[in-house]
Amino acid sequence: MSLLAVDEAGPATSVQDAGRFGALRYGLSSAGAMDRYALAAANVLVGQNAGAAAIEIGPFAARFAARAGAVRVALYGADRAATVGDRPVRLARSFVLQPGETLALRAARGGTFTYLAVEGGIAGTPSFGSMSVHARAGLGSPIARALAAGDALDVGTTRTERGEMQIAVVPFDGGPIRVVLGPQDDYFSPDEIAAFLAAEWRIAPASDRMGFRLDGPPISAARGNNIVSDGIANGQIQIPGGGQPLVLLADRGTTGGYPKIAGIVTADLGRFAQIQPGKPFRFQSVGIDAARRLTCDWRMALDGLAGRVVPLRGAEPSSEALLAANLAGGAVSALDTDTWSHS
Amino acid sequence: MSLPAKFRILPCGDAALTVEFGDTVDSALSARVLGFDAAVARAAPAGIVETAPTYRSLFVQYDPVVVGFDELAASLRAIAEATSTQQANGRRWRVPVVYGGEAGIDLDDVARRHSITTRELIARHAAGDYRIYMIGFTPGFAYLGGLDPAIATPRRDAPRALTPPGAIMIGGVQACVQCLAGPSGWHVLGRTPMRNFHPARDPMFLMETGDSVAFHEVPAREWASLERAAERGEPVAELVAA
Repeated sequence: MSLLAVDEAGPATSVQDAGRFGALRYGLSSAGAMDRYALAAANVLVGQNAGAAAIEIGPFAARFAARAGAVRVALYGADRAATVGDRPVRLARSFVLQPGETLALRAARGGTFTYLAVEGGIAGTPSFGSMSVHARAGLGSPIARALAAGDALDVGTTRTERGEMQIAVVPFDGGPIRVVLGPQDDYFSPDEIAAFLAAEWRIAPASDRMGFRLDGPPISAARGNNIVSDGIANGQIQIPGGGQPLVLLADRGTTGGYPKIAGIVTADLGRFAQIQPGKPFRFQSVGIDAARRLTCDWRMALDGLAGRVVPLRGAEPSSEALLAANLAGGAVSALDTDTWSHS
Repeated sequence: MSLPAKFRILPCGDAALTVEFGDTVDSALSARVLGFDAAVARAAPAGIVETAPTYRSLFVQYDPVVVGFDELAASLRAIAEATSTQQANGRRWRVPVVYGGEAGIDLDDVARRHSITTRELIARHAAGDYRIYMIGFTPGFAYLGGLDPAIATPRRDAPRALTPPGAIMIGGVQACVQCLAGPSGWHVLGRTPMRNFHPARDPMFLMETGDSVAFHEVPAREWASLERAAERGEPVAELVAA
């Protein structure tokens, strides 16, 4: 075993995996990675299962150090400058931190969440099949809260003789966040729904893993803003009395009494989570069958990630690898801030 | 008992749906939801990840790669048409409560509003035969039906940013057992040392939707020892046959 020490971490950095299912009936939401595709890409670079636990790093600077042994890691997700000592390191490639070396990450410059996966995995005890930290519930492993300076994680053994790997970054293609209307779309008039879909939205600063608040025109509800509470899925968009939408996410409350106008398609949850505050975006309504096709394509791309990892020999990924990645249609990564402009 | 016969199946994004039996808070509707939930668990249609009963609907999380909305909705429709209500499941919790004082900061105010003594308010609250209609919002937060209508109290105009763990509250015609500290516009009558949710305990959760709940008053001087027992992982609440 080796140790990965946390020397610096912003407020939104925690251990996350593919999420916890089975306790929704007790009021516990799934938690789990905000961008599951990025989690998977980081994991497969170090030989882990796509849904294994990794460190989800929020938009702020962070530093991690290897202690007591070498630790192979890989980063994927929101782009940011990264160095080991004086040596710059890149996302989407594995590399080794020798004992005593420190990985320093600057603030995210495209996207919000970057995943740090570790060869051999992070040691911990799952509950309901997951190690994901749900900070509000005080649940998760090995540390049941956001990480802070002074924490240290036991990690698996790194085989230093193994070569480094890389994976082609699939750039985000811009475009709207796809939603399925309902289940309370009948609380809104056709004009109100049209206004919601036509508006240019921005993620408000008061946003976190529980939910993102949206800035834009207030959305009224013809039938009012109170329903008898019902269940809330990851990515559902609630319209409270003031008309400011709240998108409920991984650490959300499981039930609520405001009407939900629509829900984000699973394939677009990661893209949505990676939108930086202040960047404009729109929603687009799709039918339930079209949504399913998007999510099946997304899942196929995610499940195929392990097969697209190639050895790093100082060369860029082959054109075949890039072509294969693009053909898979998994354009879900928000790595390039420029793609968010809607000119 | 007459059944709410109609239901609607509505999408919640592409990986969840709600089977909605009505839009009220009442025991018949809750029993219908719980009967359906049990029938879905028995039939176990392919693709369901988990279900969560609410006051008026069953929330169903599913894997859209395994099953599409229309196919799953057809399976659920057939199950709903073949099942009816569920009687009480026979589990009944006796939950200790310290009423009033620091533990129940709204007790005096609520008694005044109804022009009764705090003793009568405690007696009426503790005499209730409650049933859990829903566990949700935050882990272990149990929403209860069965509040004595004579002490039903509209919610506070100004919600509190934080009410304590274990708060025993009423709001409108509803009652609850809160587990974690959280914001609330309900009135705090008392506090229980019971932890419906305790991450370090096996089982992590004590109560199920559909369980019956009764409250009994314990003196404030017992709080500290009960709280320590709950911290250690003892249930503190007693499970008895209904």
